[in-house]
Amino acid sequence: MTNKTDTQQIEQPIREFIANNLLYSPDGFAYPDDASFLRESIVDSLGVVELVEFVQKNFRVKVSQHDVTPDNFDSVAKLAAFVRRKQADNAQG
Amino acid sequence: MQFTKKALNLDPAGETNRIVEFLQQSVRRSMRRSGGVVGISGGIDSAIVLALAVRAFGPQKVVAVMMPDKDSDPISEKLARELAASYGVEPILEDITDALEGFDCYRRRDDAIRRVFPQYDAAKGYKAKIVLPQDLLEAGTLNVFSVAIIAPDGREETRPLPPREMLEIVAASNLKQRSRMSTLYFHAEARQYAVIGTANKNEHGQGFFVKYGDGGADIQPIAHLFKTQIYQLARYLGVIEGIQKRTPTTDTYSAPCDQQEFFYRLPFETLDLLWCALDHNVPIGEVAKVMGLSEIQVQRAFDDITRKQRTTEFLRLQPPMMEAPKAVST
Repeated sequence: MTNKTDTQQIEQPIREFIANNLLYSPDGFAYPDDASFLRESIVDSLGVVELVEFVQKNFRVKVSQHDVTPDNFDSVAKLAAFVRRKQADNAQG
Repeated sequence: MQFTKKALNLDPAGETNRIVEFLQQSVRRSMRRSGGVVGISGGIDSAIVLALAVRAFGPQKVVAVMMPDKDSDPISEKLARELAASYGVEPILEDITDALEGFDCYRRRDDAIRRVFPQYDAAKGYKAKIVLPQDLLEAGTLNVFSVAIIAPDGREETRPLPPREMLEIVAASNLKQRSRMSTLYFHAEARQYAVIGTANKNEHGQGFFVKYGDGGADIQPIAHLFKTQIYQLARYLGVIEGIQKRTPTTDTYSAPCDQQEFFYRLPFETLDLLWCALDHNVPIGEVAKVMGLSEIQVQRAFDDITRKQRTTEFLRLQPPMMEAPKAVST
């Protein structure tokens, strides 16, 4: 389970990045966290590349090509879960 | 529909007649042009378009233009010449290298590649290409491009492309297709001919074309045909064997790069049937059974096709225009 502070540190920056850099939306990220980026046309193929770069820089996790699947990169919730798993792996490793 | 592995088989004679009529009707009656200009690349798509145009207008009313640049494989020009000769057309050679130097195409592209691979130096014999992961059915990875370089000693190295570099490489490379489009329109306008496009359904539908580049044409006579159907027509139209047997290539980057690794991620025989099934809403279980795939593999392919269609919609859109303003009474 994730607390509010944790959510602010992961979900919120993802929402803001997408709203500002992929949707060019002045109204923020107006989708639920489980909305599919691909089905809702929120993110295109360039957007996926930008998301990969954002995640690597902002959360200091390494993303390999095999990580870039719909299971990890298709919604705010999935991406946040992926970041948490990677951060936990880093902490253990 | 009854979905089988033969779902894409067509009647080549009937389809040829249908396309020839479409060309004659559109170019002569609608556009009031008497002939056509076709860019021939040494590939299968432009080969059948040339064959169809010759049937529609006669060899005297068709101009075939070869437009290589310094990155093109020399075999492309050789095959294009053989093709044109086989249909009685004298081809025109327009080397676009100087035009591309004028646009600074190569420097802009190579600067971006060097930011990923500092050792990359085209003058020393390094070659480069852009590729997608090839594990679509197994892993369902998303379309994240990588750049691969091949050193003069043959060693190949691949790294993911950051967004800025990806955009710059693609934008620079697209100058090639746009230079070719301008060249084709020169030859068309000088003769009052139409530019005949060579995009097939795979390219047009999934956005594997350059807007106002190879997508810039007056008519697209094969954009309704899958690649595997193009090969059926090629056999019927007697396209030279060297082109029929050639692996479809982008012929855009200096390193050899086939269309599967650059964009489609699946062999055409698989991709086309899956896309046909998707178009006809064939249930996934039935598709999996006919094609010998698992349902999850079929779903991954469906998702990839749908994503590419959706994310390239912008390429197929005409520029939006507004209605005339309402008159005001002052």
